[in-house]
Amino acid sequence: MPDTPLIEVRGVTFGYGREVVLDHVDLNVEPRDFLAVIGPNGGGKTTLLKVILGLVRPWSGEVIFHLPSGGDPRDPRGRLGYVPQFSTFDKDFPLRLGDMVLMGRLGRRNLLRPYSRADRAAADQALERLHLEPLARAHVAEVSGGQLQRALIARALVSSPDVLFLDEPTASIDAESRETLRELLADLNRTIPIVVVTHDVTSFAPMVSRIACINRRLFYHGDPDLSREVMEEVYGCPVELVTHGVPHRVLDHHHDEPPPEHRR
Amino acid sequence: MPSFLEALSYDFMRNALIAGVLASVLCGVIGTFVVVKRLAFISDGISHAAFGGMGVCFYLGIDPLLGAIPVALVCALALGAVDRETIRSYDALIGVLWAVGMAVGVVFVYKTPGYAPNLMTYLFGNILLVSHHDLKVILALAVSVLAILFLFFKGIVAVSFDEVFARVRGVRVRFLMSLLLTMIALSVVILIQVVGIILVVALLTIPSVISLMLWRDLKAVLAGSVLTGVSITLGGLVLSFYYDLPSGPAIILLGAVLLVAAYGFKKIPRRSL
Repeated sequence: MPDTPLIEVRGVTFGYGREVVLDHVDLNVEPRDFLAVIGPNGGGKTTLLKVILGLVRPWSGEVIFHLPSGGDPRDPRGRLGYVPQFSTFDKDFPLRLGDMVLMGRLGRRNLLRPYSRADRAAADQALERLHLEPLARAHVAEVSGGQLQRALIARALVSSPDVLFLDEPTASIDAESRETLRELLADLNRTIPIVVVTHDVTSFAPMVSRIACINRRLFYHGDPDLSREVMEEVYGCPVELVTHGVPHRVLDHHHDEPPPEHRR
Repeated sequence: MPSFLEALSYDFMRNALIAGVLASVLCGVIGTFVVVKRLAFISDGISHAAFGGMGVCFYLGIDPLLGAIPVALVCALALGAVDRETIRSYDALIGVLWAVGMAVGVVFVYKTPGYAPNLMTYLFGNILLVSHHDLKVILALAVSVLAILFLFFKGIVAVSFDEVFARVRGVRVRFLMSLLLTMIALSVVILIQVVGIILVVALLTIPSVISLMLWRDLKAVLAGSVLTGVSITLGGLVLSFYYDLPSGPAIILLGAVLLVAAYGFKKIPRRSL
């Protein structure tokens, strides 16, 4: 079945209070996809991710899963890998990276059982895959943004998910870590479909297989060969004004000069 | 004047000591989760609301501790179950629960015929009044809380660290949060005996805040927090004995001094080196 999508988002409408954030959005995630979900801030990218992950229930529409690991087509819990933004958890929590990665093995059933030997082996393997073995005993609060990002990816991968989702993965890391992250994701994408929610599509331009532009509605879904007119329609204003004052080059291959860094 | 060790030959002094140590162990462990999960205000609300149950029991002439337990549990579970978006202002809800509990308690104490109890004892605690019966209840509660925490430890840690990720994994987040709130409620009831309603939140948070400043590993934080809690409780008892101070405030003030000292210890070396 070469063309069955892994995930079908069908006519999803969702909002907060009375405000509609997603309006009849249709979207597919295909096997081997590297899907970039882009759009302006507040355009509903992260909300769409929440709907797919099952964190919020859509007002109407549905999300259907045809995952290789099987299971309930409407309940993907435990089969999707999720790498959150740094702002969603407590970075000062007294926790070692290795123990954080182990948390990725927790699920619906094993609450009372201690971590098994298989759990620990999987965590070690995930750490190794992301070149974090030396940092297994380091604390979440003391590693760099790039290292923490990789540990979060390890935590997402440790239960061998069917699809890997990343929410704004370049937002909290420096330029060098972004380069590492790009290579890493390109490499991971050989074995697992990846969905990246980002306002920074230029970072991933070379490996993105398809993009989806969301600004309440889905404006575009397909090849990354995106025309300027579509971008302007999505953002509702000339695109140059949107991203750090640097023209938004969705069409081009990755260019050398990175956008100016935000400094604290 | 007898020495502190001589005073330990008295029953009430031994009870006080045992209750203090049990309470401190609980504080250290549960308090760490209260601090990292930012549940201090909720804990304070539960503590004050529990006074409503104590007042009713006092009026009925039964053990106030038995009134505090169900009220604290109901408040904790209600706060865990309420939908934060519908209620609009979650902290206002906690504030209301707090005030209603106190109001109910004061009304019933006021209406109790005969000799009115000293409200100060409930508000600021008197560890020297812990009876044998109280001690048994405290011991049972402490053991059950620690046993539950031990059983669900990794789930509670995961939910405390990153609730959203746990939900994506399919972990029963709501159940674990209710469990944590239940344990907080039971701990609060025990702590009321030791330091009183108003000071509960301080004893719950001071040892853990100190420990979190000094250590980074979760198990070290828990151990340090228990140790700090036991030290300030025992130290406070000794101070109250020798200087004739009320025990609850003596414990809290000693904790506050240690907190400032720990802060100074963390801040000063970095500047001078």
